Amino acid sequence: MVLVNLILILLAGGVIAWLAERQHPLLPRWIALFTILFDLGYFLVYMSDLSWSQIAIVPNPSDAATWLFHYKAEWIPRFGISFELAMDGLSLLMVLLTLVLGAVAVSSSWTDIKQRTGFFEANLLWTLAGVLGVFLALDLFLFFLFWEVMLVPMYLMIAIWGHEGRGYASMKFFIFTQVSGLMMLLAILALVMLNHSSTGVYSFSYFDLLDHKVGGDIAYYLMLGFFVAFLVKLPGFPFHTWLPDAHTQAPTAGSVILAGILLKTGAYGLIRFVVPLFPNEALAFSPIAMGLGVAGIIYGAVLALGQDDFKRLVAYSSVSHMGFVLLGVFAWNALALQGAVMQMIAHGFSTAALFMIAGSLQERMHTRDMSKMSGLWQNMPRMGAVAMFFALASLGLPGLGNFVAEFLVLVGLFAVAPWVAAVAALGLIVAAIYSLMMMQRAFQGKPDEGRRFPDYGFREMLTMTVMIVGLIWLGLYPQPVLDTAQPVLDSLMQMVGSVTEPTKVAGLMP
Amino acid sequence: MLKLLPLIPLFPLVSSVLLMVTTGKMPKRLVAILGAGSVGLSALTTLLVGLAFMESGQPHHQVLWTWMQVGTFSPDIAFYLDGLTLVMMSVITGVGFLIHLFSTEFMEEDVSYSRYFAYLNMFVFAMLILVMADNLLLLYLGWEGVGVCSYLLVGFWYQNPDNGLAARKAFVVTRVGDTAMALGLFLLFTELGTLDIQPMAAAANSQWQVGDTLPVLACLLLLGGAVGKSAQLPLHTWLPDAMAGPTPVSALIHAATMVTAGVYLIARTHELFLLAPPAMLAVALVGLITSLMAAFTALVQHDIKRILAYSTISQIGYMFLALGVGAWTAGIFHLMTHAFFKALLFLGAGAVIHCLHHEHNIFKMGGLRTRLPVAFWSFLIGSAALAALPFTSGFFSKDMILLQAYELPGAGPWLWAGGLLGALLTAIYSFRLVFVVFFGEAKTEPDRQPGLRMAVPLTLLCVLAIIGGWFALPLADVFPVAGEHHPSHLIEGISIAIPLIGLVLAYLIFLSGQLKIDGLVNSSLGRTLKKFWFSGWAMDLLYDRLLVRPYKGLAYMLRGEWVDVIYNSIVKVCQMLFVGLSHTQTGRLRWYATSMVFGVIVVIALLLGVI
Repeated sequence: MVLVNLILILLAGGVIAWLAERQHPLLPRWIALFTILFDLGYFLVYMSDLSWSQIAIVPNPSDAATWLFHYKAEWIPRFGISFELAMDGLSLLMVLLTLVLGAVAVSSSWTDIKQRTGFFEANLLWTLAGVLGVFLALDLFLFFLFWEVMLVPMYLMIAIWGHEGRGYASMKFFIFTQVSGLMMLLAILALVMLNHSSTGVYSFSYFDLLDHKVGGDIAYYLMLGFFVAFLVKLPGFPFHTWLPDAHTQAPTAGSVILAGILLKTGAYGLIRFVVPLFPNEALAFSPIAMGLGVAGIIYGAVLALGQDDFKRLVAYSSVSHMGFVLLGVFAWNALALQGAVMQMIAHGFSTAALFMIAGSLQERMHTRDMSKMSGLWQNMPRMGAVAMFFALASLGLPGLGNFVAEFLVLVGLFAVAPWVAAVAALGLIVAAIYSLMMMQRAFQGKPDEGRRFPDYGFREMLTMTVMIVGLIWLGLYPQPVLDTAQPVLDSLMQMVGSVTEPTKVAGLMP
Repeated sequence: MLKLLPLIPLFPLVSSVLLMVTTGKMPKRLVAILGAGSVGLSALTTLLVGLAFMESGQPHHQVLWTWMQVGTFSPDIAFYLDGLTLVMMSVITGVGFLIHLFSTEFMEEDVSYSRYFAYLNMFVFAMLILVMADNLLLLYLGWEGVGVCSYLLVGFWYQNPDNGLAARKAFVVTRVGDTAMALGLFLLFTELGTLDIQPMAAAANSQWQVGDTLPVLACLLLLGGAVGKSAQLPLHTWLPDAMAGPTPVSALIHAATMVTAGVYLIARTHELFLLAPPAMLAVALVGLITSLMAAFTALVQHDIKRILAYSTISQIGYMFLALGVGAWTAGIFHLMTHAFFKALLFLGAGAVIHCLHHEHNIFKMGGLRTRLPVAFWSFLIGSAALAALPFTSGFFSKDMILLQAYELPGAGPWLWAGGLLGALLTAIYSFRLVFVVFFGEAKTEPDRQPGLRMAVPLTLLCVLAIIGGWFALPLADVFPVAGEHHPSHLIEGISIAIPLIGLVLAYLIFLSGQLKIDGLVNSSLGRTLKKFWFSGWAMDLLYDRLLVRPYKGLAYMLRGEWVDVIYNSIVKVCQMLFVGLSHTQTGRLRWYATSMVFGVIVVIALLLGVI
């Protein structure tokens, strides 16, 4: 029931926030913040019952009893659809990330939303609820439902509270996700049908489907159906083009949620569904997936340098960073997988912070165009220093979480595909170029003496400090995170280990 | 006492964090005490730890915590103290403290006083981590950390975009090397299963034979990192531009410590390099060629700091030469003496610039011998050591390098001859600087004299630059013992005479004017060469055309997102279909009836198999 309550609290909080606007337009943001913190607290209380030894049990993926939490209720028994939620170490990390960044998102839009505040906070909370559902659902029908649920409020956030080009951006976001979601739905239905023809029962349950793997050519296409949906969300090259538009136009909180949390559902899907359900097919596909990963890393970084728009730059840097996740998942070894999980979390923090900075600049200067900024450090030293920190995190400075992630991915990848790793490592150089260019253009250079802007205040510094401390912690003592994810990844490796020796990935080893 | 080891990097770290979080609200006096005091404390602790280490004579290993552990990959946050570490730590904290002390006065009028010390302390912390790390990953943390601090300090006066450019260039160019080094780390871990330096060396020795491909590849990748950080060919172009930072920064980071990190890295992993003779030869050649190229460039520069920068590149070239011929101890010895005399020269230059309205051009100075005596004596002693005049510290270390290079079978005498040519050039350019700046007629009057906090560090460094050659370094247990060498007296004599000849030449050309070189300089070949050398052998131009512009062009070309063309054409097709089909919806009954009849005919025809 804990898992259900986690989602229900957010949904209910959304309704209350919506209604509360009638009392006072500033009330909803307090309600939203309180709801998320309450949810987080509720979760932590239940989590504190867990011991490390419980987390360290390698879950048997097809036996729900070995998971940390599990909840199942009948829903549409005729088609084998149930309301089934479960949590293991991986989803635990994702839930924590979602709630922490959710609170950050509320803080980031504390002052810049002035119209229909109630409905805004409601959408924000409902998006989070949808995301939690995605991270927890283990019935494929339910999963798909949540996948769509998180889309609609996000669409509304961009379409209603977005910037000048919000119509185009929100539509593009919706269509990309919708079309790719449709492919996944078809793949899910086909999977269930095939399962039915071999076992005689309908079941959408992850656990049942894992037990009876589909084989043959059809499985390859089903795998692609899932893969494309997740790749669009990740976003991976060449399906990334919705992201720069959506980010640029979204209100700050929208960007924070989009970059920090929503993108991670794509990465999560790859790890949770694509690899376990179709290990053989995913293995056969891995050279292409790695190619897309490397292409994303380089392409995103090159395009980031070419942007004038602060938010677009950060958006393209996300494309680049998410390429590492793709590489990590498809490198088929424990190090790289850990790197991918780490990247999901570290990138969540660093990019959320950079989008917050972009939002603060927009709020103060009414522009995101870096060619109209210069020497802002002089006026806003605190913001400058914070921006410098996250720019350094983004370029992979050792001692911060992003470095641990990228290093683990690359060192794991090197063992199986050294040349791919060597090309991907170029991403470290180009990341330095665009990150430092961003600092130069916005914060360094000659200050404009005529204009003064307020520096970061207490609320902003508090929010930023949370993320700064988080990244330093992840960078210097990532062990708790690694230990939480380890059993899940171990069981994944066992699953794929029966398929292949890790070093034989499709002839990539010289 | 040895347990105090972690305190040494901790002091500057704490001070730096304090200075950062107080965001400039601390009074300047307190900033100075905290900034310089923390490094002073580190220096004292280093002394205590060093004494304890000398007593025990055993390498000390201290694990703080496991950084991360995934399967067999488990680097620790751990320190390793041996003779080499101790030498490096002493230089970093000792020279570092003097430079901090100097800075308290030098930067006094700057509004960002506390930001300066926050960065500078952070640098000392990162540099200490670099040399104390027991594994290559932690070393890499320090390695990148010093890179960032260097970036922040080169671009310290960020209001001028040129400084920002120089800072970015420094970071990105070294990042190229860092990435090569990271690949080296991947390779080493994949093959040897650990990144802990001592076990790794043991594993390498048992797994690899001398001359195998893998150690050569690994060492070349590490060398890539080393040439980036130590400003050697082909990644040296960032260092001259890095002079945009405050002068004490140049003294600490770009002369005494950070730029020698590459030398340290190679010395630290010398057991790997010993398995890779081709990589050793590459190290020696890179060092020699760089040292000559940079010396020629230093000969024609005008800017006092750029002369010193090229001189630094050239001297680090000597250290690489030493490492490449297996003269490990000599290389580290030169690293130390160079830290003394080059820090002295840079601080001396800082004093000149400070007292001379921020003038950098040596031809606008002159006659400062009597006007700025402290700076004059600093420069005189520093240049003597740099030129390796007998009985200065530089003499002992450079002599050791050259003689051991001579002993190398095969290429030895050639390397020695090349090194001698470099020594001659070194003497000429360093005394050119002394004669032009401190003798002759005065062109600019100093508006102040260096105070006590500048004079004391200069004096102490003068002493070190003279007596540094007599220090015995505790490196006997770290490096393999070099064979006994007995060079002939002739070789020894030539090595001593060359710098003196250089000094005399510089005197004749730049002071007494008895040797006229105007004709040579103004000939067309002379002018071309001078221009070529002045530009640093046109390397910047080459990289600009070859890499920077194409990359920028690519970014500019792609910026509009070409992938969208695909999706936009899908949209276009949909729109065309919509427009096309909407034409059929005319609303006229006759048109609908006709098309229905037509359709029926087609269907019937199909059914009958007519078409």
